Amino acid sequence: MKLALGPVLYYWDRDTMLDFYDQMADAPVDIIYLGETVCSRRHLLRLQDYLDVAERLVAAGKEVVIATQTLIESEYDVKTLRRIAGNEKFRVEANDMGAVRLLANKTLFVAGSTLNVFNSQTLDLLAGLGATRWVMPVEMSRAALASVLRQRQSAVETEVFAYGRLPLAYSARCFTARHHNLQKDDCQFKCLDYEDGLALKTREGQPFLTLNGIQTQSALVHNLIGELDTLQDAGVDVVRVSPQAHHSGEILRLFRECMEQRLTSAQALSQIEGLMPAASCNGYWHDQPGLEFISR
Amino acid sequence: MQPEKIELVCPAGSLPALKTAIDHGADCVYMGFRDDTNARNFTGLNFSFDNAKEGVRYAHAKGRKVLLALNTYPQADGWQRWRTAIDNAAELGMDAVILADPGLMQYAAKTHPELRLHLSVQGSATNYEAINFYHEMFGIRRAVVPRVLALAQVEQLMAGTPVEIELFGFGGLCVMVEGRCALSSYATGDSPNTRGVCSPPKAVRWQETPKGLESRLNGILIDRYDPEEKAGYPTLCKGRFDVEGETYYAIEEPTSLNTLELLPKLMNMGIAAIKIEGRQRSPAYVEQVTRVWRQAIDSCRRDTQSFTVKPAWMAELGKVSEGQQQTLGAYYRPWK
Repeated sequence: MKLALGPVLYYWDRDTMLDFYDQMADAPVDIIYLGETVCSRRHLLRLQDYLDVAERLVAAGKEVVIATQTLIESEYDVKTLRRIAGNEKFRVEANDMGAVRLLANKTLFVAGSTLNVFNSQTLDLLAGLGATRWVMPVEMSRAALASVLRQRQSAVETEVFAYGRLPLAYSARCFTARHHNLQKDDCQFKCLDYEDGLALKTREGQPFLTLNGIQTQSALVHNLIGELDTLQDAGVDVVRVSPQAHHSGEILRLFRECMEQRLTSAQALSQIEGLMPAASCNGYWHDQPGLEFISR
Repeated sequence: MQPEKIELVCPAGSLPALKTAIDHGADCVYMGFRDDTNARNFTGLNFSFDNAKEGVRYAHAKGRKVLLALNTYPQADGWQRWRTAIDNAAELGMDAVILADPGLMQYAAKTHPELRLHLSVQGSATNYEAINFYHEMFGIRRAVVPRVLALAQVEQLMAGTPVEIELFGFGGLCVMVEGRCALSSYATGDSPNTRGVCSPPKAVRWQETPKGLESRLNGILIDRYDPEEKAGYPTLCKGRFDVEGETYYAIEEPTSLNTLELLPKLMNMGIAAIKIEGRQRSPAYVEQVTRVWRQAIDSCRRDTQSFTVKPAWMAELGKVSEGQQQTLGAYYRPWK
């Protein structure tokens, strides 16, 4: 199995981003996804900046994929999408069918998790259009994945979101701006203040969700480091870690050591605990509510 | 010039609701089968094959259309169920099927080329490139657009595609892009994409406590009500939560979408159809909403320029709105 780093889902300032990717150049990770996937108002890094970072990461031996924005609303969004799809250097992760239209039969691409591939028919169809890898929907279970992989005819790689706060929903509304009584068009870039998102708790204090601009994430951290053997058995080719503000490099190292069986899953689980911004969940993998944690 | 005919598409969660919608002026009704092939998979709702047959007969006898929602994503071990549903739709003479899954569209287009395909809102198509993808690949004729676009964005989208556009006009409001929301499965295990339900009734618990009436979803506190407050169904994005010490409707208020005042604009834009949400609601709801919207559309078609929303219509719709509140949602940009 290969190890991948997903795109940064939060809004960090420019220097923080550039430093982060400087560090990732030396991190034990095979594939790095780059790009703004959440909000078109986040502009401290432009597409050209990402392409420059991509060059440096490729020079460091990484496979780089440019990820497209998930919610494409405006003509401006469509134009950005066209520029990404038309870049002739880097593979693209399509996170909307609009991106698939621009890439299909022209260039190879990665089918992102928001394309909602839940069955082998759709998987084979996308493979026929040029998908070389697909990322399973976050809410899909191990059993459902096994079933898709048993039935599919195409030889695409399978990637699973294996660590990080789960990206659960996308809206036209910005919940971070709403919290500050601001409209989205005048959000004052409040997301910059929340490096790991803005916590939403129930009225009895239970951490429930994380507000990240127009994206809503889980409060708990989806964590499959204890399940790497079952991922392997299910036929997963790529394991994705989603960046967080701190310790991403160490988390990648733990995943790597566990994948290479230099750490047992119990050791990895206990070592990773102190590096996480919240407790673990893994319910989705076990066909349970996503916020549950099933220990083995 | 009189604007093009705009279709009124009304919800039919049952045969009585279907007949009510037809009798009160729906141009089309939409329905689902009694299983997880549609996104209103609730006990006691939806149609058996025979019920659907009677529904189609009733609607066609009056010159109206029936659309079948098969708008969940076929799960890997259940492909046969979704495929059979497509075959049944063709056999029943449905006027269109409303689909979200590309694999299923491919099957429908190959096996039943005469069957008209609509892209469901669950397909999350918010731009013309996405809509054109489904059009070129499977020949979809209409797309139902998620409730996240401002009207100007809908206009821009329409300029880029030959596909007819259907918009939600009234009813429950999804704040999230439909098809891209897993909040319900995160909390309960079941979501619209996987099992055709959101915040499912089986996960709901009501409890009187000293602090007030509490609504929970799989144990998670969604809201708590003071004695003078009216309690609403605990749809999880419409609860009150704590963000940085402030308790409020952090995602969305319990409110219904109502676009009645936009009707002249929608007609002039050339929107093909207006959809009323609510297959899970009673025939009484269907009757009220269909009647008001029929009157409003007819009045607007007679004279678009001087169309005004009658207070009686708003009052009538207010009675059946969630939390008795109404919003223009994302069509009105500042909502975002």
